[in-house]
Amino acid sequence: MGRLWLDALPQEPIVLATFVVVALGGVALVAALTYFKLWGYLWKEWFTSVDHKKIGIMYMVLGLVMFLRGFADAVMMRIQQSMAFNGNEGYLNAHHYDQIFTAHGVIMIFFVAMPFVTGLMNYIVPLQIGARDVSFPFLNNFSFWMTTAGAVLVMMSLFIGEFAQTGWLAYPPLSNLAYSPWVGVDYYIWSLQIAGVGTLLSGVNLIATIVKMRAPGMTMMRMPIFTWTSLCTNILIVAAFPVLTAVMTMLSVDRYLGFNFFSNDFGGSPMMYVNLIWIWGHPEVYILILPLFGVFSEVTATFCGKRLFGYSSMVYATLVITILSYLVWLHHFFTMGSGASVNSFFGITTMVISIPTGAKLFNWLFTMYRARIRYELPMMWTVAFMLTFTIGGMTGVLLAVPPADFVLHNSLFLIAHFHNVIIGGVLFGIFAAINYWWPKAFGFKLNQFWGKVSFWLWVPGFWVAFTPLYILGFMGVTRRMRVFDDPSIQIWFVIAAFGALMIAGGIGAMLVQFAVSIWKREELKDETGDPWHGRTLEWATSSPPPEYNFAFTPIVHDIDAWDDMKRCAVERPTSGYRPIHMPKGTGTGIILAGLSIALGFAMIWYIWWLAAVSFAGIIGYAIFHTFNYKRDYHIPVETVEATEAARTRQLAAAGA
Amino acid sequence: MAHADTHNAAAHPHPDAHAEDTMEHGGHGSLREYVVGFLLSVVLTAIPFWLVMSGAIPDPRTTALVIMAFAIVQIVVHMIYFLHMNTKSENGWTVMALIFTIVIVVIALSGSLWVMYHLNHNMMPMSHEMSSMG
Repeated sequence: MGRLWLDALPQEPIVLATFVVVALGGVALVAALTYFKLWGYLWKEWFTSVDHKKIGIMYMVLGLVMFLRGFADAVMMRIQQSMAFNGNEGYLNAHHYDQIFTAHGVIMIFFVAMPFVTGLMNYIVPLQIGARDVSFPFLNNFSFWMTTAGAVLVMMSLFIGEFAQTGWLAYPPLSNLAYSPWVGVDYYIWSLQIAGVGTLLSGVNLIATIVKMRAPGMTMMRMPIFTWTSLCTNILIVAAFPVLTAVMTMLSVDRYLGFNFFSNDFGGSPMMYVNLIWIWGHPEVYILILPLFGVFSEVTATFCGKRLFGYSSMVYATLVITILSYLVWLHHFFTMGSGASVNSFFGITTMVISIPTGAKLFNWLFTMYRARIRYELPMMWTVAFMLTFTIGGMTGVLLAVPPADFVLHNSLFLIAHFHNVIIGGVLFGIFAAINYWWPKAFGFKLNQFWGKVSFWLWVPGFWVAFTPLYILGFMGVTRRMRVFDDPSIQIWFVIAAFGALMIAGGIGAMLVQFAVSIWKREELKDETGDPWHGRTLEWATSSPPPEYNFAFTPIVHDIDAWDDMKRCAVERPTSGYRPIHMPKGTGTGIILAGLSIALGFAMIWYIWWLAAVSFAGIIGYAIFHTFNYKRDYHIPVETVEATEAARTRQLAAAGA
Repeated sequence: MAHADTHNAAAHPHPDAHAEDTMEHGGHGSLREYVVGFLLSVVLTAIPFWLVMSGAIPDPRTTALVIMAFAIVQIVVHMIYFLHMNTKSENGWTVMALIFTIVIVVIALSGSLWVMYHLNHNMMPMSHEMSSMG
């Protein structure tokens, strides 16, 4: 069994209690699913589905589940830091605390933000371009399950063994075998490698979809902005993630085979690791934020009831960001010692990248100028984003000044800055998107009251939680500290912990919002398929859309195609249907991902026979799958006619 | 287009896509192209081997540079004869992708060399003393 033995099970009371609760919860969930006979339904309708809409929803569920885990880590850190003063050690030992801050970062970036963003793109992009699915539907299912496999490995590390104690980027020499001898860093490597396969393949898939599957008439400069930003994000994914894969591979051969890429001996250099991982890492933050810039553009145009100001400048700003995001990576390690010339080059490129971002902000503002703005929840999140993100952007430009960075590097000011842009940009964007597209995905709107409760707890809560960190950063407090000597700064950590509590309330309110909305879905029902008076093609079909999205491929004549169709009063065709050719679901994705979990687990614990067996299994099953020729079917005309007739009656009843 | 199934929708994004398609996808390469490509890559591989084995150029640094030049030509040969890339294929998307790739690779490589050179110079001043001590 390699190095896996009983001592891998939780020893500390906190972890043990969590383990018991999670195990009981898991048993209860499995029992409930079995009792209500839901396994067959889940397997047939969801797990093996290649429908981009269902995969999109599954990504969002994965993101939400992992968000709760990542947030639990955040709360534990806030509590520890607010009490560990005056000789009090707090309630977490160093080994545990270091795992928590590492897991928090890894989970929030790779298993919360990435699934949320990928899920949104999966659901919305094919609908926005008038397509029936993505280019490679099976690959899409496989990508989802590989991402989930990575998440499963991270979750396993909580109870079997340990997670890395290195910080979320696992810099060597700390992450080398000499300083991290047990399984933590190996969990880190293998979960990222496996999830990375999924991310990369879904990037390829969405690029092909956007380039090849647009409805007739939708030229590049008529694409919705969200589709544009998705295209650029996926280009960044395809260009950047192989770098991460390569770096992780080099780190693993250092650890497993005694190579010296990143050691200090035999010509290796840990600085090379830092350099390479940020060549991936900086594009990564734009991978996260660009799709949300697209969301804000769609939301602003819709709720202002007019075309987005400066469509082409928005497109070019996005393209400029795509290239520039590759020219700034060194600002993450100004202090490593590259000297004045290198630092000033990267300082200037970093400041330059704020220009296209600023242009975007002005575009949104000018769209709002003299518009009849409807302050529904998505628009509220958008305004909150504009205010929050602008401040986060400004502290970023401040950090881009190398001399200032020498003072603030690795301080809590940096922590406050990137939470300011990631929460204020990515998360607020996700919330705007969930409130905006929920009616499309499920056919009913979300409850407004609980949405507003969540909003008003989240937004001020964010500022209460992170303003103290800005202040502490100015005072020189560094990140990842477990205990403090200076009792005068305790008050700021207490305030920050209170902010985290407000955010917890916001998250709770959001879960209540989902529950209440599902409970009262008949009252919130949307019959029209276009509850917000949308402008892009996803609103042209019913809510939720039929499996085939569009009975007839729409024809596009302008930017904001659906708005154009409404203005020209284009008749919805009600006859002349044909059978629709669709891809068929397959269990191959989930099986390959399951084998990958076994492979990762075996490599982490040095169980070589299991690694060999599962690797052979992956290759063998993938080859076996290529002989599966039953991969498509036709939806018969009668089914299409019945579905569309129901839609006609629904529209007539709604008076649209 | 109305009846378009998923695969057709993939292949025919535009109403007039069919005419382009025959042009785009017709070029999966003739036997002649493959033979020319194969011969060229064999020759381009053989020459660097011969350079190293025979030591025809006395200076090893020059030899390395010449080999790198052959490698770049080799890449171009592969792209033209095996990947069938030209400015017209896939409506110019392959060339766009190529240019983007070159830009990113050049940024990453030259940037890393520049950064690592400075880091090495500034941060590892003791390496000579260390090795002489060791």
